[in-house]
Amino acid sequence: MNFLHMTESNFSLKKIEISVSEAEKRTGRNAMNMQETYTAYLIETRSVEHSDGQSVLTDSLWRRYSEFELLRNYLLVYYPHIVVPPLPEKRAEFVWHKLSADNMDPDFVERRRIGLENFLLRLASHPILCRDKIFYLFLTQEGNWKETVNETGFQLKADSRLKALNATFRVKNPDKRFIELKHYSDELQSVISHLLRVRARVADRLYGVYKVHGNYGRVFSEWSAIEKEMGDGLQSAGHHMDVYASSIDDILEDEEHYADQLKEYLFYAEALRAVCRKHELMQYDLEMAAQDLASKKQQCEELATGTVRTFSLKGMTTKLFGQETPEQREARIKMLEEQIKEGEQQLKSKNLEGREFVKNAWADIERFKEQKNHDLKEALISYAVMQISMCKKGIQVWTNAKECFSKM
Amino acid sequence: MEGECRASQARSWGLPAGGAGRDSPGGDAPLPGSISSSALLQTEVLDLDEDEDDLEVFSKDASLMDMNSFSPLMPTSPLSMINQVKFEDEPDLKDLFITVDEPESHVTTIETFITYRIITKTSRGEFDSSEFEVRRRYQDFLWLKEKLEEAHPTLIIPPLPEKFIVKGMVERFNDDFIETRRKALHKFLNRIADHPTLTFNEDFKIFLTAEAWEFSSHKKQGPGLLSRMGQSVRAVALSMKGVKSRPEEFMEMNNFIEIFSHKINLIDKISQRIYKEEREYLDEMKEYGPIHILWSASEEDLADTLKSVASCIDECCKATEKRMSGLSEALLPVVHEYVLYSEMLMAVMKRRDQIQAELDSKVEALTSKKADTDLLTEEIGKLEDKVECANNALKADWDRWRQNMQNDIKSAFTNMAEENILYYEQCLATWESFLTSQTDLHLEEASEDKL
Repeated sequence: MNFLHMTESNFSLKKIEISVSEAEKRTGRNAMNMQETYTAYLIETRSVEHSDGQSVLTDSLWRRYSEFELLRNYLLVYYPHIVVPPLPEKRAEFVWHKLSADNMDPDFVERRRIGLENFLLRLASHPILCRDKIFYLFLTQEGNWKETVNETGFQLKADSRLKALNATFRVKNPDKRFIELKHYSDELQSVISHLLRVRARVADRLYGVYKVHGNYGRVFSEWSAIEKEMGDGLQSAGHHMDVYASSIDDILEDEEHYADQLKEYLFYAEALRAVCRKHELMQYDLEMAAQDLASKKQQCEELATGTVRTFSLKGMTTKLFGQETPEQREARIKMLEEQIKEGEQQLKSKNLEGREFVKNAWADIERFKEQKNHDLKEALISYAVMQISMCKKGIQVWTNAKECFSKM
Repeated sequence: MEGECRASQARSWGLPAGGAGRDSPGGDAPLPGSISSSALLQTEVLDLDEDEDDLEVFSKDASLMDMNSFSPLMPTSPLSMINQVKFEDEPDLKDLFITVDEPESHVTTIETFITYRIITKTSRGEFDSSEFEVRRRYQDFLWLKEKLEEAHPTLIIPPLPEKFIVKGMVERFNDDFIETRRKALHKFLNRIADHPTLTFNEDFKIFLTAEAWEFSSHKKQGPGLLSRMGQSVRAVALSMKGVKSRPEEFMEMNNFIEIFSHKINLIDKISQRIYKEEREYLDEMKEYGPIHILWSASEEDLADTLKSVASCIDECCKATEKRMSGLSEALLPVVHEYVLYSEMLMAVMKRRDQIQAELDSKVEALTSKKADTDLLTEEIGKLEDKVECANNALKADWDRWRQNMQNDIKSAFTNMAEENILYYEQCLATWESFLTSQTDLHLEEASEDKL
């Protein structure tokens, strides 16, 4: 649950709470008119009146994962300077053997529900994103929302991947901080992946250790039948072995939540890279525009002074077809001068845009950094808390077992 | 993005169902699926000839150790010291101290084998001296066991470690195997020493004291291999008869032995499996910690926290190693010895039944009046004495064995529980101190902000 002030003119000064409270299996027909099964999630929005603190359910609607994706893709296009919070994973990854990789598995659905709620809370607590109209409609307008989003035409505004890739390779002078950030996000992604992989293996092994102890329970019980003095001790010790073996299920379930916290930042790495890419694109665009302007100026100068230093098509054709008339030359110079004027204005505005982008992006990145440091530290601390709880349980069970053994 | 969808093969943690016993409280064991016991225990038994028991291929250079130095009596480990004390029926009267140590390889043109040094210290009058040092190989221990079984067919002779190697190792005799065997041989001799009857056995004394040449010439005496084989064929036939007329108390005993044998074997498998799982857990944990260090290199604010987590994981690894070594010292050898004991018990039962059967067949012959009745009656008289002796010996030894078994099992499992408690306490301390350091930092930072 999270509280948030929405100060958009559309919203009154209320606190709102957002929760993804339920998940439901549905069947329906997809775009190709084929039967499909999917999960729908219930999003409930409550507003909390200032005076009495009571919360009133204001909106409740069902959304499926693909609609969340649509929302995020929209935000990525319209807020390229923002590190847009990531969605929980589409498919289960980093599973260890007990965990199911099935999207329909109830445990997976439950963890995804929590992840989607977290996503919405992140949006709601972001100073800029929380004011977005489409986001508001996502929470409040069930029908027609998809059409509304598509009508914004955001898909057309999106930068093509190819363009972005090209810019990344060719940009000459990107802001150093973005280069560092990209490097950092690569490292973050790599190290968290590695960590999650090994953690899954550790969980697997730990599960094995605990579960094999469960076998003691049954055998002790059977053995106790033939023992007179040892019987009771064996029997009760066996019971504790069963308790020990079954305790691992809860322990690892808790750990899965820890893994999900790390996963969020794994996916955040991609969001960071997206911002870097946008900067590179803009910077490249700027550099190209400047280059273009410079070459036009050069051309203009050459035409004015009569020296030909640079290659130009006109120069070539002049050589081939004969000198142009002074009137023609004048016309060309005039055209170039106009283009140069336009170009200079464009360059100026691109420069401004670029600087604005860098400023805003960097502000959000700083915000992100603080959030990341805070969240990950909390996650690590919660991991320690989990380990402590596991150890305490272990001590208790084995102390009980020891007592039973010593009474044999 | 790279990820891993591990569709790992379904692994089962369960054992085959079955076996009599009380119902376990709290529902059935939560174990998915069940597998045959062969999956749980991968056994590869290498068939070796009788004489090849201690042949080996060393993986490292074995240098001959100084045989002349006399080292003082040293227990193999603190834990085994405790076990030694528990052997004793009357601790104050222990007058025979034996150690088995210094395994050494011997290379001849024909074969390569290992001998163990046996040091005996005693205050008994029947021994020529108070200290003895000899070297014996596994074959010699086998000989001793067979002599004891011959002399006392219905006493529960302590078991010897296995002849064959289980769990097919790459090198047939590696250091771990030799060490495990050495410890078991040490226990074997000490159990004999603590046995009220066996301790005074003549062959036992010769085993402990005779010089090499004396010993080999002594071994050559007595019934040969062929006659022993002949006996065993006849014995099998007879034992069948003996089972039918078994007295009630021995029926009970046999029932116990059967069930005990089944259970202790399962416990052996379970314990070995736990050790294996812990080892694999440790291997993964060793990789887990360093990743946090790697991560800390690209972080600023988080670096310290990450490094602390890494060192906590490291501490837990050490604790795990300790737990594992505790398991392999205190639990596994004890459980395994009782697996071997259960085999020994079944053999003792058989021998008792054979003796009984001999009597019964003679009695049958008498009733059918097929042979000389006077001779038969005399023979029957002797056999009746024999049976009574055998039964009494077994009964007395049985009670003693039950008592020892209870003590040994109790202490082995208590130790296991203790090791686990220690392990969790260590890990708890590590993580709690991490938590304190983090929250202290929190308070520090908070107060700094206020300034």
